[in-house]
Amino acid sequence: MRNLVILGGGTAGTMVANKLQKRLRGHGWTITVVDRDDEHHYQPGYLFVPFGGYTRDQIVRSRHHFVAEGVRLVYDEIDRVSPVDRTVHLGSGRTLSYDFLVIATGTAPRPDQTPGVLGPEWRRSIFDFYTLEGAESLAAAFEEFDHGRLVVHISEMPIKCPVAPLEFTFLVDAWLRRRGIRDRVQLAYVTPLDGAFTRPVASARLGHMLEERKVDLVSDFMVESVDPDRKVLVSYDEREVPFDLLVTVPVNMGADFVARSGLGDELQHVTVDKHTLLHTAHDNIFAVGDASNVPASKAGSVAHFEADVLVRNLLEHVEGRPMTESFDGHANCFVEAGDHKALLIDFNYDTEPLPGTYPLPVVGPLRLLEETHANHLGKLAFRHVYWNVLLPGRPLPLPTHMSMAGKQSPRTPPIEPVDEPNQEPIAQGGTTS
Amino acid sequence: MTTTTIDGRTVHTNDEGFLTDPTEWDEQVAETLAARIGLELTAEHWRAIRFLRTDYAAQGETATLRRISTVGGFPVKTLFQLFPQKPAKKLAYVAGLPKPQGCV
Repeated sequence: MRNLVILGGGTAGTMVANKLQKRLRGHGWTITVVDRDDEHHYQPGYLFVPFGGYTRDQIVRSRHHFVAEGVRLVYDEIDRVSPVDRTVHLGSGRTLSYDFLVIATGTAPRPDQTPGVLGPEWRRSIFDFYTLEGAESLAAAFEEFDHGRLVVHISEMPIKCPVAPLEFTFLVDAWLRRRGIRDRVQLAYVTPLDGAFTRPVASARLGHMLEERKVDLVSDFMVESVDPDRKVLVSYDEREVPFDLLVTVPVNMGADFVARSGLGDELQHVTVDKHTLLHTAHDNIFAVGDASNVPASKAGSVAHFEADVLVRNLLEHVEGRPMTESFDGHANCFVEAGDHKALLIDFNYDTEPLPGTYPLPVVGPLRLLEETHANHLGKLAFRHVYWNVLLPGRPLPLPTHMSMAGKQSPRTPPIEPVDEPNQEPIAQGGTTS
Repeated sequence: MTTTTIDGRTVHTNDEGFLTDPTEWDEQVAETLAARIGLELTAEHWRAIRFLRTDYAAQGETATLRRISTVGGFPVKTLFQLFPQKPAKKLAYVAGLPKPQGCV
């Protein structure tokens, strides 16, 4: 009997467990999933909670309900992994030995990493929306908020779902307009990046959307601390941004056991080969989803595409055959724009999000990088797809690798004008960071 | 891919002026690149540049600001003083390395 242990039963861990169970059942393997509790959260749903869009029972389900029969579920904390003797030490003192290990423990917001955030103003005037509790307390605060400076802030990249802070800003703007108080609120978007987003074409398009909504963009802002008394964000180069209500995205870090086990980088993300997903130093440890350090978006779609690659590679690797699958960094995200519209972006390691169409089977082509109602419906429908198709490991009609079909490459003129990104070389005092 | 001439030598750069071949870099190139963005290199600048070059040789990618700070031991505050406004990017530019990928 051989043991495959999967640490983390979230989006990535559940998908991998279910796909592997189908392939390995009856072949002498035991699959064990470890997680601390039995609550599986649909994390993309947090975004809508502050605006009364979703309630807790639409977002939280039982973890065990989505894990295939025959997979062993262990509820415990993870103390550390000992790669030398192939053992996982659990919080309760129990141990699990493994032949192969898959780390899928995600990444988490760490408000403790920025001085002043977890002070007297935490969840009074300083909020996060990447936890259900944070999103719920923000919903309560929004009921009282009717004027002042509302600041949306990213502490440091990478963060999970890197478009969510922009979506949140667009939704705040739409929500304020709906309440008729938009002119009583100053909105600012504060980011360590040099623009609204990371890649040039999307950054220009999304930056333009901030401008249209009269949101001040404060870029290249690396936060050093928050002063809760004066209610200001302070950067390392001593700039200040005042707020009445701050919605911050804290530094994201992988699980603490990753650092204790010597398996991660400086943000505790597991160091793996970005194409095979095998650990850079250990031949029997893989990582998948937000937990890894691959330079792709930390998002459910990425975890889904990675899961396909990981399963095939792992099955080949355990039999001593060369791994033939290569992850290309494929990400596919709906970006809520407010007013029941959304954009769709599709990209990978080498190709930035481009305009054009996305050939989705059955539903029909969706517009890329453009606000449409169809994209918004796609985003809402995704919650059902998540629970019923994605987690059970059923096939989705989406290619694992990104395709250029329907995309307008930057060399061909786009159908609709897209602002040219700022390509000024840094040597001439450009605005890139 | 474009080329630019530095001190009479032709080097390969990307659209933003970053060197695309780290082996075309040397200390004289660094001085010239630094001057182009208004920096005069001190011993402190050089310590950071050398860390970035060494780390790149070992890791195959440019260190992020957090890595320069936690692994290299340079306080972020100092890096902002040495390379104002955009330390990670300016440091990579002067060190003849690709822009740090950090953000996707």
